Amino acid sequence: MRAVTWHGRHDVRVDSVPDPEIVNPRDAIIRITSTAICGSDLHLYDGYIPGMRAGDILGHENMGEVVEVGPKSPLKKGQKVVIPFTVSCGDCFFCKKQQFSACDNSNPAETADASEIMMGHSMGGALGYAHLTGGYAGGQAEYLRVPYSDVGPVVIPDGVEDDQVLFLSDILPTGWQAAENAEIEDGDTVAIWGCGPVGLFAIQSAFILGAHRVIAIDHYPSRLALAKQMGAEILDYREVDVRAALNEMTGGIGPDAVIDCVGMESHGLAIDNIVDTVKAHAFLGTERPHALRQAILSCRKGGRVSIPGVYGGFADKFPLGQMMEKGLTIRQGQTHVQKYSDQLLQMIVDGKIDTTFLISHHASLENAPQMYRHWHDDQNEYTKIVLKPGLSKGDVQTLKTFEEELA
Amino acid sequence: MPETPDENRKGNQRALIGAGIAAATLGAAFVWGRKARQSEDSEPISDAPPHVLRGAARDEAEGDESLVGRTVMIGKPRQDIYEAWRDFTRFPSFMDNVKAVEDLGGGSSRWTIAGPAGKDVELVTNLVEDDPGRKIAWRSEPESEIDTSGILELTDAPSGRGTYVRLLMSYDSPGGAIGRGVAKLLQREPTLQARRDLRRFKQLMETGEVTTNASPSARKSESPTEARV
Repeated sequence: MRAVTWHGRHDVRVDSVPDPEIVNPRDAIIRITSTAICGSDLHLYDGYIPGMRAGDILGHENMGEVVEVGPKSPLKKGQKVVIPFTVSCGDCFFCKKQQFSACDNSNPAETADASEIMMGHSMGGALGYAHLTGGYAGGQAEYLRVPYSDVGPVVIPDGVEDDQVLFLSDILPTGWQAAENAEIEDGDTVAIWGCGPVGLFAIQSAFILGAHRVIAIDHYPSRLALAKQMGAEILDYREVDVRAALNEMTGGIGPDAVIDCVGMESHGLAIDNIVDTVKAHAFLGTERPHALRQAILSCRKGGRVSIPGVYGGFADKFPLGQMMEKGLTIRQGQTHVQKYSDQLLQMIVDGKIDTTFLISHHASLENAPQMYRHWHDDQNEYTKIVLKPGLSKGDVQTLKTFEEELA
Repeated sequence: MPETPDENRKGNQRALIGAGIAAATLGAAFVWGRKARQSEDSEPISDAPPHVLRGAARDEAEGDESLVGRTVMIGKPRQDIYEAWRDFTRFPSFMDNVKAVEDLGGGSSRWTIAGPAGKDVELVTNLVEDDPGRKIAWRSEPESEIDTSGILELTDAPSGRGTYVRLLMSYDSPGGAIGRGVAKLLQREPTLQARRDLRRFKQLMETGEVTTNASPSARKSESPTEARV
C-alpha cells in the first residue's frame, strides 16, 4: 500500500510499504477514507518529539471502512468507523476510570519501558506518534491496523459525511476536554491561546459548557477570523499587550480560566521565546512554553489553567511561584478520547457543534509532502488539511479562502 | 588557536578555581559518607521491599545474590493470577528470554533459555514454595549452568483494584563460560527484563493478548506481523 512516512526533520515522503495484517484477536483493519494532518504532527515534522524512526508511518486522525476483523473484534466488515488516536485496552485500572490515554496495557512492553524512564510511568499507546507511545503505524496510508478495536472505534451512522465526524479521532474531544478541564462556571471569562483546530474546538466547547465570554489569542488573521466566527473576542498578540488587554477586559481580575492550545512550539518574538527556541535547537531543552507562561501570569487568582497543548519534557523559567501564590488549579493531559465519543457524536448529529468550518483543504495521499510543507509554512491559509486516499495524485481542493475575512 | 599569555593565565586561574571546588565537593562527600556509615549497622527502617533499598540499607538486606524485583497491579483476583503463573509452560508467551518450558511433573520443569550467540541453555527448576493464591517460589537445580531463582508474591490490592503482583528474581553463574555469558546477559538489565516480562504478563491477564505494535513501516527489514522495538 501507499503510506506517508517520516524520514527526518522536514522530510516526509510517500512510500510503498506492506499492508497491515491482523496480529491479535482484538485487532481490526480499516481502509482509510479520511486522515487529517494534526498540529501535533508538526512537532514530529520539526523533529521535536524523541523516539521517531526513519520509515515510521504518520497519522493519528483517521477514519475509514472496516475491511478485516480479528476473532474477538465486535466490528463488522463495511462499517464506517472513526479511530481514536489513543490506543486503549478498556480493561486496566486507568481505562476503567475512563482515563483512556493513560492505558497501562496499550504501549508494548519494549516501548513502554523507554517512556517509563522518561516520564516516571509508562505512557499509553497512540497511533502514528513515535515509539514512546508504542511505535504503532499511523493512518496516513491506505490501510491501518487498529489494535483493541473493541474499545476505540466509533461506528458512524449512515448519511453522515467523513468531514463531519473525522475529528472525533482527536482534535474535537481534545478541545472539549480542554474546556471541561477549565471547570467553567457561570459568568466565567475563558482565555484561549492558539486558534488552531484544537483552540477553535475549545472555543465552541467553552461556550457549550457555559462560558460567558471567550477571548482567543493568536496572530494569524484567518484563524482569528474563525475564532470570531465561533463567537470569541479576539486578540492579535502582535498588536496588543495580551496581559494588559485581558486585565482591562475583565475589570482587572484576569480571566477565570486559561487554556493553552499552543504547546511546545510557541510563536512570537518575546525574549523568553527566543531563548527557548535557541535552546530547543541546541537540544538543551525541549519546550518553548511562552504561551503557557503568559497564560499562567494572566489567569486570575484562584483560577484554572487547562493545558491540552503538547509538551514532551523539561521547561526552563517556569512560573511555579506564580502558580502557587495565585493558587491556580492546573489540569492537563493527553485526551481520553473514548470517554467523549458518544456524547460528541450525538452533538454532531444534532447539529450542536460545527466540525467542518475549519477545513481549508482536501488532498490526495500522494500530495502529503507538499501539504506538510504548507501546514508548516502557510498556517494562515491552511487551517486544516484532510488527506483522502480516494483522491488521485495531484488532486488538491481548496475549500476555504480567507480573503473575505481578512478584508 | 594560539593562546595569548593573558588568556593562558586566565585559563590557569579557572583551572585552580575548578580544582578548589572539586576538592571541597570531595571533602563534603567524605564527611557525608562517614556520617552515613555510622548508621550502617542498624536495620533499615523503611516500610519498603528489600529490592528498592539502596546504599548501606541494601547491603544490610541483601544476601550473596543480586536481587531484582518489580511489582505491578493486575486487575484480577489473586487466585486467577496464581493459577496462570503456576503453569510454568506459559512462561514463553510473556518472558522474553525463555524459549520453552517443559513440565517434568512434581513441581519440576525444564527451561530453555536463549543464550548469547544464539546458543540455548537448558536448566531444570524445582518449586521450593507453593502457597496457592499467595506465593510461588522456584530455584534451579544446583548443577545447572546458571543459578536462577524467583519468587512471585500476591497480595490483595485495595478496594477492587485486583492484586499487587511482585516478582523477585536473581541470577547467578556458579560455573561454565556459557553459564556466565547467559547470566551476564540476563544481569545486564535484569530489572528491565523483570519489568518487561511482568508487563506482558499483566497485558495477557487483563486483555487476553500481549500488546504488539506489529504494523507496516518503510523499513525494509521489518515485517508487518512482527513487533518493532
